[in-house]
Amino acid sequence: MVVGTPHISLAGSSALLLDGAQGAFDDATQELVWAVANAALTLEGVREAVPGMNNLLVVFDPLATDAHGVGDQLMSLWTCTDAHAVAGTHHTIPLSYGGARGEDLAGWAAHCGLSVDETVRRHAATTYSVAAIGAMPGFPYLSGLDPRLAWARRSTPRLKVAEGAVIIGGAQAGIMPMTAPSGWHIIGHTDVKLFRAEAELPVLLRPGDKIRFEIAGIEA
Amino acid sequence: MIEILTTGLPNTVQDLGRPGHLALGVSHGGAMDRQALAIANLMLGNDPSAAGIEVALHPFRLRAHIDTAVAVTGADCAVSVGDRPCPPWWAMTIRAGKALVLEAPRVGARSYIAFAGGLDLPPVMGSRATDVKGSFGGLAGRGLSRGDQLALNPAQCRLPAGGFGAALKERRGAAGGFASAIELRVLPAAEFDAFTPEAQAAFTGSEWSITNDANRMGYRLAGETLSLLSPLELLSHGIVPGTVQVPPSGQPIIQLADANTCGGYPKIATVIEADLWRLAQAPVGARLRFVPVSIEVSTEALRANRRWHDEFVAARNLVAARSRPN
Repeated sequence: MVVGTPHISLAGSSALLLDGAQGAFDDATQELVWAVANAALTLEGVREAVPGMNNLLVVFDPLATDAHGVGDQLMSLWTCTDAHAVAGTHHTIPLSYGGARGEDLAGWAAHCGLSVDETVRRHAATTYSVAAIGAMPGFPYLSGLDPRLAWARRSTPRLKVAEGAVIIGGAQAGIMPMTAPSGWHIIGHTDVKLFRAEAELPVLLRPGDKIRFEIAGIEA
Repeated sequence: MIEILTTGLPNTVQDLGRPGHLALGVSHGGAMDRQALAIANLMLGNDPSAAGIEVALHPFRLRAHIDTAVAVTGADCAVSVGDRPCPPWWAMTIRAGKALVLEAPRVGARSYIAFAGGLDLPPVMGSRATDVKGSFGGLAGRGLSRGDQLALNPAQCRLPAGGFGAALKERRGAAGGFASAIELRVLPAAEFDAFTPEAQAAFTGSEWSITNDANRMGYRLAGETLSLLSPLELLSHGIVPGTVQVPPSGQPIIQLADANTCGGYPKIATVIEADLWRLAQAPVGARLRFVPVSIEVSTEALRANRRWHDEFVAARNLVAARSRPN
């Protein structure tokens, strides 16, 4: 596997952003991001490692270490780490497509130039990867969407998208862990809880996990 | 126990936040002016991370239902305990039945109230800070309402008769009333070089004002339009409080304590950690100026904060040793 040289930049006095992106999102680069994130947590003075989409934010204590040192160590981890070191859990998520809680289903199918049934079939036929968790608690950025099903984000975000909404934004898929604003399209809903603040393990999904959607119903 | 008499929803229970969960999408959160809350707690002999109240909307009133002690720090506002006025940054006893009143700030934006022992609330993911976006932490994950009652942890608090105050050298400039623009030290961020030379010059060479769209998640600024050399499509990436993003409108947004943990807009700079309190105390309409510094300067500013914190704890211990428990 060939992965390009990452770009490392300061993100304030206590963090570095390692950007491994070489244009469009790439699954091989993401596997390396997960592995480097785990390895970075063992570095002296590193407090948090936050995988993004083909990038990694590393938060450190600048009084215990320094940006140059952490940067050098990240660069060597990027070249030396085995990208296949993360074994994720498989999840099956029941999904009711369309209806009042999936109001963009018909528009999405029309945008793709496919029938509703074919759009749904393709969406449910894919295994998705949890590339990263972020933005809001427990929100999964899912990769693996059939390129035919991609749909650029809405020009005006909705102020409220309900918890459980299954959504599409460009080439990415996601599931809302809580009711929040979003510019992504709503294709259906699930009752699976992704975030429980009071639980011992508050977040259901982890980077590297795999997801399949199970068709619980289609309401055009 | 204390009871809230007058408040607004932006007023929340806060502590020093819940670091360590960014990779789960959970913001650090906590007091916007961390130093002010930490000092209020230290004045009472609490752990600096004990839970208190962040008052972003004044006036604010509460009633004590037990004899206890409070410290009020942050914004420079008129404070009274049972109709007796107190100076800003003051720790004092409050008797059962008396009211603590915070009037609108003369300077600054956010006040912090610490209580002897701290507010007794269950920690969620290691913190009592209110995460309004996720509706957890603090009091039922929401802002404070009139009639809310909050229990205090048991405490032995030693204060001199009449209380005592804290004077902060580095905040003395702020007491001038922000007649000139507030200076914020910044480090360049990932996309700094992707902006036009004009935008780079305007960023540090011109003044910015804080628009009405300002809350614990972030502040939208108004000023010159910052343009990129060419349009950029970035993949989502982790961001920290202080990140200055520039959306397509060209008007910057500073991400703050409750910001989303990931973003996608180009980042021109990051306000250094040691200056985030200045933003917490900058009200809507305040003017800002960004001053570029080196990583060495930003690290030294943090080191100075830590040194100062240790000195404050030592001084506070001296005060306590000469005082009686209330």
